[in-house]
Amino acid sequence: MMEQYRTPLMFAMMAALLAIVGIFQSWNVALTIVNLCLISSIMTLGVNIQWGYAGLVNFGMMGFTALGGLAAVLIAMPPVPDAWAAGGSGVMAGLAIIVVTAIVSLLIWKKLKGSGVKRYWLTALSIIIGVVTMRLVADPSIAAIESVESARTGYLGGFGLPVTLSWIVGGFVAAGAAFVIGRISLGLRSDYLAIATLGISEIVIYVLKNEDWLARGVKNINGLPRPVPYEIELQETPWVSQLADMLGASVVDVSTIMVKLSYAGLFTVVLLIFLWLSEVALRSPWGRMMRAIRDNEVAANAMGKHVTARHLQVFILGSAMVGVAGAMLTTLDGQFTPASYQPLRFTFLIWVMVIVGGSGNNFGSVLGGFIVWFFWIESEPLGLWFISTITAGLDDGSVLKTQLIENAAHMRLMTMGIVLLVMLRFAPQGLLPEQKR
Amino acid sequence: MLDILNALTVIGNFVIIPGLAYGSQLALGALGVTLVYSVLRFSNFAHGEMMSFGAMLSVLVTFWLQGAGIGAGLLPTALIALPVSILGTVLLCLLIDRLVYRYYRQTRAPNVTYLIVSIGVMFTIGGLVRFIIGPSDRIFTDGSRFIIKARSFKEMTGLNEGLAIKMTQGVTLATAIVIVIAVFWFLNKTRTGKSMRAYSDNEDLALLSGINPERVVMITWIIAAALAAIAGTLYGLDKSFKPFTFLQLLLPIFAAAIVGGVGNPVGAIAGGFVIAFSELFVTFAYKKVLTYLLPESLAPESLMQLLSTEYKIALSFVILVIVLLIRPTGLFSGKTL
Repeated sequence: MMEQYRTPLMFAMMAALLAIVGIFQSWNVALTIVNLCLISSIMTLGVNIQWGYAGLVNFGMMGFTALGGLAAVLIAMPPVPDAWAAGGSGVMAGLAIIVVTAIVSLLIWKKLKGSGVKRYWLTALSIIIGVVTMRLVADPSIAAIESVESARTGYLGGFGLPVTLSWIVGGFVAAGAAFVIGRISLGLRSDYLAIATLGISEIVIYVLKNEDWLARGVKNINGLPRPVPYEIELQETPWVSQLADMLGASVVDVSTIMVKLSYAGLFTVVLLIFLWLSEVALRSPWGRMMRAIRDNEVAANAMGKHVTARHLQVFILGSAMVGVAGAMLTTLDGQFTPASYQPLRFTFLIWVMVIVGGSGNNFGSVLGGFIVWFFWIESEPLGLWFISTITAGLDDGSVLKTQLIENAAHMRLMTMGIVLLVMLRFAPQGLLPEQKR
Repeated sequence: MLDILNALTVIGNFVIIPGLAYGSQLALGALGVTLVYSVLRFSNFAHGEMMSFGAMLSVLVTFWLQGAGIGAGLLPTALIALPVSILGTVLLCLLIDRLVYRYYRQTRAPNVTYLIVSIGVMFTIGGLVRFIIGPSDRIFTDGSRFIIKARSFKEMTGLNEGLAIKMTQGVTLATAIVIVIAVFWFLNKTRTGKSMRAYSDNEDLALLSGINPERVVMITWIIAAALAAIAGTLYGLDKSFKPFTFLQLLLPIFAAAIVGGVGNPVGAIAGGFVIAFSELFVTFAYKKVLTYLLPESLAPESLMQLLSTEYKIALSFVILVIVLLIRPTGLFSGKTL
């Protein structure tokens, strides 16, 4: 009886929590949380179809998020013609050399199967020759690009297209990367796959941090074009100020909330599309096959299912979703900062969301994304309140009290850890368990 | 001749000595990961945070000792603090095993569950450390800074190039050697060590022979926690203590353990040095060395660096990925604990 109301009840509670923040803190804060909850939920859907449907442990979410963000930059930023003139051809030649090297090395690797140590040496040799040629060709061009107005640009720029297009492109970029990563690493055992994907995602971040010609590296990119109007423009529109008068709020507040609401609207549309697609996939024969593979790989293989190919497929689909979410995140922030990509926030926290919400259940994952992000943000004020309450009896100047209050913000890491451990121990299926079909 | 000596000194100063220190830190960390893997059969993602916890205790005790005016003369005070931090880390790990891991052992949970559980432990310890000491950077080295200063080395040998050995580097290497010998002696010579090896080799056979699994697990956690506390403290002494860096250190440690072959202690140590030296050799600027070795007309203009220094840590990930793909059993496969 309770079971069928569980999902709507949980979501209603979540809405109530957000409403409480809206009423007692401010609607501005509540909407900021909602927007990131929506993005996180798309990421959890991506993890869920990999882990919940197919049992793949992918710890490379951070890398796919960053690649989505890169797509947002490359699509939306205006091109820098001077930089293209200075070194565009050189960099493109360098990229071409990398592709050729990869193909040649792979051919050597495949052709020399079974010929002993020679195979390793020749492959290594072809890679080294490729890298050296690439650097000889591309290095001068890269230096030239980076010296073009390095304080403002110093990179090739993008295509100057509408930023919402990048959400689709971000998905494709992440899918392409996932194809390569999946091809090379999906044969590994679960924990090795986890470590390998984590390592690869770190490599992606290192490349983004250091290749300034691509997206300015750690110098960051600010002022990405927005899909929604700017607050200033809204404030100058007459009907907005009329609305503000009507609501009795300041024009500034109304305009910021309107901007956030329009983002929330766009993100909700994307989330609903993905949720619908995921649900359809879960109920289809394809989803049944995935669960069969997850529950017993050997048996599924014996039934004629191509396990590795299916794994690759689901790896690409899930990573593409994360890539879309990454592009949306960069759009929302309006800036691309490679240094902000931390595995704790973009890989492990997303996993906590999926486990808490309920792996294998799409609504559960979305709920997990909302709840965990909500408490990730709100545990800072809550923790501060909690600490101030328990230390109320202590003297104001005492070392212990100042120390505790200073570090209260870090409660959230511990809270998340304990929540994850408690869930795994007592409710490993999550808040909304996977439905038995 | 003098040129060759000068060139060797440059390499020694910028590659060999830092590599030995960093390699020992990685090796100690990887040894802990490998022991946990071979007995408890999971990759412990919380190992980095265990190191962080141990280092934090060392920092706190060192500050307290410094406040009380107790020091170790030329050596860093942290060495006196080390036993306390080892004890604290061991207690923490035993507590976590009791509260968290034991349940999964009893229910014979799959490998993946352990992996995700260790993520939860990682969050918890990481939060605990930040909560106790805060996220900022702390330097707790004291005592004398150098064993050999670059200038006195130059005066002593009459070479153009200096060779400096920092006190922390010397202490790191010496401690690592002592600890590694102790661990190997324990594993190979004592009864408990042998029962541990037997258990990791074949669980059922070990149980039939009357080995108490809970005791083996406890001993494993004690050794792993002690190794983590030592490795974390040494790393903190050598660089500085910052809670944030230990998550970054986790991947090079995994890389070291996997390169050597997970479950193989000798491999873990070799792996630590392989990772450390490849990071340093590939990102080292060979300009100075080549200037000494080559005739003047051939002296290089550029830095002669294979990869820029920013890619240093990324390189260990690359090695990790390559080893996983080409030889997942590691370089020293075949031998286990």
